[in-house]
Amino acid sequence: MHVIEMRNITKEFPGIIANDDITLQLKRNEIHALLGENGAGKSTLMSVLFGLYKQEKGKIFKDEKEVIISGPGDANRLGIGMVHQHFKLVHNFTVLENIVLGVETTKNGILQMKEAREKVLALSKRYGFDIDIDKEIRHISVGMQQRVEILKMLYRDNEILIFDEPTAVLTPQEIDALMKTMKEMAAEGKSILFITHKLDEIKQVADRCSVLRKGKMIGTVDVTGTSKEELSEMMVGRKVFLTLDKEEAKIGDTILKVRDLVLKSKEGKDKLKNISFDVKAGEILCIAGIEGNGQTDLVYALTGLSSFDSGTVNMDSTDITRAKIRKRTELGIAHIPEDRHKHGLVLDYTLAQNTILQTYYTKDFQSGRFLKKKSILNYARKLIDRFDIRSGEGAETPSRSMSGGNQQKVILAREIDRDPKLLIAVQPTRGLDVGAIEYIHKQLLAQRDSGKAVLLVSLELEEVMNVSDRILVMYEGEIVADVDPKQVTFQELGLYMSGAKRDEVSVYE
Amino acid sequence: MNRDGLLSFLSSVLVIIIGLLIGFIVLLATNAQQAWPAFQTILTFGMRSMRNIGDVLLHATPIILTGLSVAFAFKTGLFNIGASGQFMFGGFVAIVISIHGVSMPPAVRIPVAIIAAALAGALWAGLPGLLKAYRNVHEVISSIMTNYIAMFFIVYMIQSNESIFNRGLSTSAHLPESSNLPRLFFPDIFRDALGAGFVSSRVNIGIIIAIVVAVLVYIILEKTTFGYELKACGFNPDAAMYAGINQKRNIIFSMMISGSLAGIAGALNFMRGGGVGIGIIEVLPVEGFTGISVAFLGLNHPIGIIFSGIFISYMQLGGGRLSTYGFSSELVETVIAVIIYFCAFVFITKSLIGRFIKKKERGI
Ligand SMILES: Nc1ncnc2c1ncn2[C@@H]1O[C@H](COP(=O)(O)OP(=O)(O)OP(=O)(O)O)[C@@H](O)[C@H]1O
Ligand SMILES: [Mg+2]
Repeated sequence: MHVIEMRNITKEFPGIIANDDITLQLKRNEIHALLGENGAGKSTLMSVLFGLYKQEKGKIFKDEKEVIISGPGDANRLGIGMVHQHFKLVHNFTVLENIVLGVETTKNGILQMKEAREKVLALSKRYGFDIDIDKEIRHISVGMQQRVEILKMLYRDNEILIFDEPTAVLTPQEIDALMKTMKEMAAEGKSILFITHKLDEIKQVADRCSVLRKGKMIGTVDVTGTSKEELSEMMVGRKVFLTLDKEEAKIGDTILKVRDLVLKSKEGKDKLKNISFDVKAGEILCIAGIEGNGQTDLVYALTGLSSFDSGTVNMDSTDITRAKIRKRTELGIAHIPEDRHKHGLVLDYTLAQNTILQTYYTKDFQSGRFLKKKSILNYARKLIDRFDIRSGEGAETPSRSMSGGNQQKVILAREIDRDPKLLIAVQPTRGLDVGAIEYIHKQLLAQRDSGKAVLLVSLELEEVMNVSDRILVMYEGEIVADVDPKQVTFQELGLYMSGAKRDEVSVYE
Repeated sequence: MNRDGLLSFLSSVLVIIIGLLIGFIVLLATNAQQAWPAFQTILTFGMRSMRNIGDVLLHATPIILTGLSVAFAFKTGLFNIGASGQFMFGGFVAIVISIHGVSMPPAVRIPVAIIAAALAGALWAGLPGLLKAYRNVHEVISSIMTNYIAMFFIVYMIQSNESIFNRGLSTSAHLPESSNLPRLFFPDIFRDALGAGFVSSRVNIGIIIAIVVAVLVYIILEKTTFGYELKACGFNPDAAMYAGINQKRNIIFSMMISGSLAGIAGALNFMRGGGVGIGIIEVLPVEGFTGISVAFLGLNHPIGIIFSGIFISYMQLGGGRLSTYGFSSELVETVIAVIIYFCAFVFITKSLIGRFIKKKERGI
């Protein structure tokens, strides 16, 4: 007996068949993973189930009875809830207000929050969500925001829970907590559809896994009997090498020299404490750490997105401590930002327009104050080919309509193709499929091998250990370790990251 | 037309229809018997004769330009509500040059007056731009203030300078005929037979200037790197900063260009002859605010604005006739205002129609 069956679903967008005759069955109590490359149609399929899109063909059954879901309201009545890839919360509302929004109880037109409050508190307690329900959304972390989204589903007594890439924005610790919560929810009778690109997570919690490729259903397998390698092969259609083999780094001159960076918050708390380090040509230096330990502030300081109180930054031999962003870009710094929708893309521009965000005024794309439309389109097409960016209308696709992973690829393509002297990459593979991750990691290595410097900021230990040549660990705004990935263990890194262990780190001139 | 274009067009038509309906209801409620003939007048007066068509174009000229002014700032994420003041400043400077610059031949004087008006508008809008860029003062607040400063200053200047003051009419002085915008061959087309002769509309080269400016604005926004920067700032200021685009500079430039368009509107408005002048009254010129409706109804697209400007001018001309059916002038203004300002709702309607179509596609 299936709680949900989507039978022969087809959904088209301009220029692309996002779902092509897909059949998906969800059993009661199961955690069912959905795996597929970027742009394979996972989010689209789930949006059809949640009533955001109407399929051109195909039917949906709930408990073996056909249902018509023409909007999130219908989905909700059928007990279907969804946590979206990019959250949908009202930022100046409190947690509680967001949870009851749309299903408020009123008496004589006046909001009755007391019962709601009790129910939310009880739910939050049951799942061990340590959350202040009176805080405004804009003041809580991304991980907490996700808990709000989950509470929203639970508050509505949803039985079928859809998670669209919930772990892409979480820290490893938060991911563990989420996995635990999902298992509990399944044990309590909920059925879960779970989109992720991380095979470990699938192995950890999922019972079955359905694989999509280019809009088609490849098959559904039992997770216990299937290896990670097999899963990724099903998904990409070829063998994927989950570990990199890389040559010895050929370290060159210092490219970036950071000395005694200090940043204090308004309240006078230290956000960055005397940060000093060098990044050399031919190396991938990784900044590891738990989210919120100053990595973002450091990157903003290096890229010029915000200023700091004291210290110096030098690029080659140029002092860029107070340099404008444009100057830094022209000196050869590229930046893959943490938040792709905030900094990385102008969503209302097309894919092509986004590929020239920092170079629109160079002679390649401008002649006499006019944009060279043809050159821009050709350039975008080149990047689309090289980085395998998938979208409905090619270079002229509105960026907003692209799948999350492909949006990320546009940014990566733009920044890597500029062939920078220093590439600052923050969580570059967030939201990418394993095939794309493999490709990006190779690109980072290629960058390094051609004598460029790479500064990688990552929360994922796996990535840190795999890719980097040297690791700096940040804890509470300070660098507490400078280690060689070949000589450090996962456990040790964990100790540094949680503040349980620290070294005296100094730079030798 | 692509899908979005079609949606835009549909929503513009829809707000027009709703605005007209509400206007009609207001007429019905005040005087049921005269409502229908009066309404017909609104709908048809603008094309009842060639002269009326000419007048529609004449009055469309300034509001197309103020519409472009509002739209240009909007593309950069700025709301230039100060078009009225910039319009007045431009008009004032144009009047002064037209009267005091008689030593220049008309072929020089007229372009100089228009360009000076553009500069005046630009400077006047640059002020809120500077405040926004360097002090983060919201441009709406500072534009409202600059509007009033412009108004009081100009009224004072006119009153205290005999050479540009027409004390009898309590307006700025009339311009010498040679300072009025050339009417080309228009009088021979846009005219009505009257007795043995003709009366012609005062429509002049201004409408052509407005259309050319609209095309220029389109080119700046869509084809140049400058437009690329401006729109990036408007769509996503964070990404613009990330890209190293100088936002302060763009905010100031955008406001200045926006202001120059309103300034030109002022020049063309007061250089049309026929006794029009800046009144010694403490009221802001409506052209600035009508520009907001023109811009929205044209969905902030320069070419759309040419049409929305002509349409709103058409409504105003027909609406102006309502007093002949015994409606009070206040009511006439109300009805016109309802129709025009309803146009500003076009974006809401657009998203509503969008949703409606989506539902249809879902087959519900
Ligand atoms: N609203 C839309 N309009 C047009 N095309 C769309 C829209 N939504 C998705 N698409 C296209 O449909 C395809 C599938 O997108 P979808 O978001 O379902 O991918 P996905 O499997 O979730 O990928 P990712 O792992 O990158 O999130 C993509 O090529 C995308 O460009
Ligand atoms: Mg997706």
